[in-house]
Amino acid sequence: MKLKDISINNLRRRKGKVFFLILGLTIGITTVISLVSISRLMNEDIANKLDEFGANILILPRSDDLSLSYGGMSIGGVSLDARTLSDSDVPKIREIEVLENINSVSPKFVGVVEIEGKKIPLMGVQFQEEGRLKKWWKIHGALPKNKDEALLGNEVAVRLFKSANDHLTINGRKVRISGILEETGSQDDFLIYADLSFVQEALNKPKAVSLIEVSAYCNTCPIEEIVDQISKKLPHAKVTAIKQTLQTKMEALDHFKKFSIGISVIVLLIGALIVFTNMMASVNERKREIGIFRAIGFRKSHIMRIIFLEALIVGLIAGVTGYLLGLGISHFIGPMVLGMKSVRWVIDPSLAIGAIFLSTLIGVLSSVYPALHASKMDPTEALRAL
Amino acid sequence: MSLIEIKSLFKTYESGEEKVCALVDVGLRIRRGEFISVMGPSGSGKSTLLTILGGLNHPTAGEVVVDDISIYQLPLERLADFRREYLGFIFQSFQLIPYLTVIENVMLPLSITERSNREQARMAGEILERTGLKGKERRLPDQLSGGEQERVAIARALVNAPPILLADEPTGNLDTRTGKEIMELFKSLNAEGQTIIMVTHNPENAVFSSRTISLRDGRVDGN
Repeated sequence: MKLKDISINNLRRRKGKVFFLILGLTIGITTVISLVSISRLMNEDIANKLDEFGANILILPRSDDLSLSYGGMSIGGVSLDARTLSDSDVPKIREIEVLENINSVSPKFVGVVEIEGKKIPLMGVQFQEEGRLKKWWKIHGALPKNKDEALLGNEVAVRLFKSANDHLTINGRKVRISGILEETGSQDDFLIYADLSFVQEALNKPKAVSLIEVSAYCNTCPIEEIVDQISKKLPHAKVTAIKQTLQTKMEALDHFKKFSIGISVIVLLIGALIVFTNMMASVNERKREIGIFRAIGFRKSHIMRIIFLEALIVGLIAGVTGYLLGLGISHFIGPMVLGMKSVRWVIDPSLAIGAIFLSTLIGVLSSVYPALHASKMDPTEALRAL
Repeated sequence: MSLIEIKSLFKTYESGEEKVCALVDVGLRIRRGEFISVMGPSGSGKSTLLTILGGLNHPTAGEVVVDDISIYQLPLERLADFRREYLGFIFQSFQLIPYLTVIENVMLPLSITERSNREQARMAGEILERTGLKGKERRLPDQLSGGEQERVAIARALVNAPPILLADEPTGNLDTRTGKEIMELFKSLNAEGQTIIMVTHNPENAVFSSRTISLRDGRVDGN
């Protein structure tokens, strides 16, 4: 028999009280794990919904006198500026360290063309990237697949009396209209979209790029960090973050995190208090027993070890059950809160170890005073009958 | 040479304004192999003497020397080690640990030694056989009769073969016949060389011992 056997047997004997002791600590750990898991889900949710937000980083040529307004249509000047971006800048963006956070990179070249006597802005894009970036686009027809196809904004289609499968002539080149955009209420309605290289050729500016839209997301760092990294790769460009949408989401998440920490601290304090009072009561109840141990020749340190071992066992059990319960709760309640349909089970070993460690730490720390108290008990007083 | 030597021992309890002199100038020599009965009416100081002999109660003045060790000059943790190595305690009303089985209760003093579980079980098994409890190792204390519980307490006190056995009213909670059986066990242990110091107020028990020390008002009354 070793000291641990005494601890284990004592815990087994006091099943009822030990149950509440473990329960108190378990509730604390469950709360922490649920909140941590839910905020992680929220983080993931933001990453997943990123597509819906569109671009959040805009890369423009560095220019002192250019006041470009993408929405306000005064884009014409861009192509006239000497310092444009070029095709070769696009792959550089994908070279930044936080690569996995780049969702899409969409280079664009904008110019104005005259079609049937009307001046209309023409935008060259890579349709694959553009489609990924603008998930909200609804098209009558289809996205262009070939170089000789174009997509018309709603307003443009009305002005030119064109519909899908009609043909257009752009600077002497004949293109088929593969689709018409449904009204978006944005500048998209006023543009003709065509393949990037087609537009570069048609406007006689091979490899020129007016702007690059990037959709990026950083789990652990602010968007500014991605902006910084891209700026380093493209020193001749001006990189700006379009923050609004993501910022709001991130702020909400931030508030939730702070709230979680507050709740966790309170619940854990209550857990610690439960362990403390329960251990204290247990020690006082066992006064006589501790007296026997001392009389038999147990050192003070032996008594403390028995108490700490009990706290350790309780902490371990509470840690494991707390983690599992927390995981279950976040799995079933998280999606409800976030309006997600279902989430996959995420078993994170570091979170599990953290939960067990935290629980054990609280159990042992809350037992320091009871253990000291037990070791200092006067054996003769404990054995009054002697 | 004596195993235990008590020199001019004083113990005064202070409760508020009142001072109670539990022991006054007690001096004793106990040789190896003696079976001592400490007798006296309640309040005579016999329990105090036993706790002081047991290394549990610091005297106000005087010295207790066991095997050339002045035990109250030891640091507290060393004093605990002394109790483990030199003393076997048999408490009044058994004082078994309720959540440990018979054999676990007996192994208790061994649990803080380096001995392996197998060695502990062997030692406990031997002493349980000696005290007539073979076959009851796995029972819990509340499944035993008073006499059996007393035997477990004796086995626990003897399991690490301490030089001195201290007993406080070992028959106090037993019927006459069982009490007599326990006394016979003590006598046979003593015959094998076990030093025993027993506190009792029952003159029938004192008959079994080799020497009786009477205490009255904290003083040794004749010798």
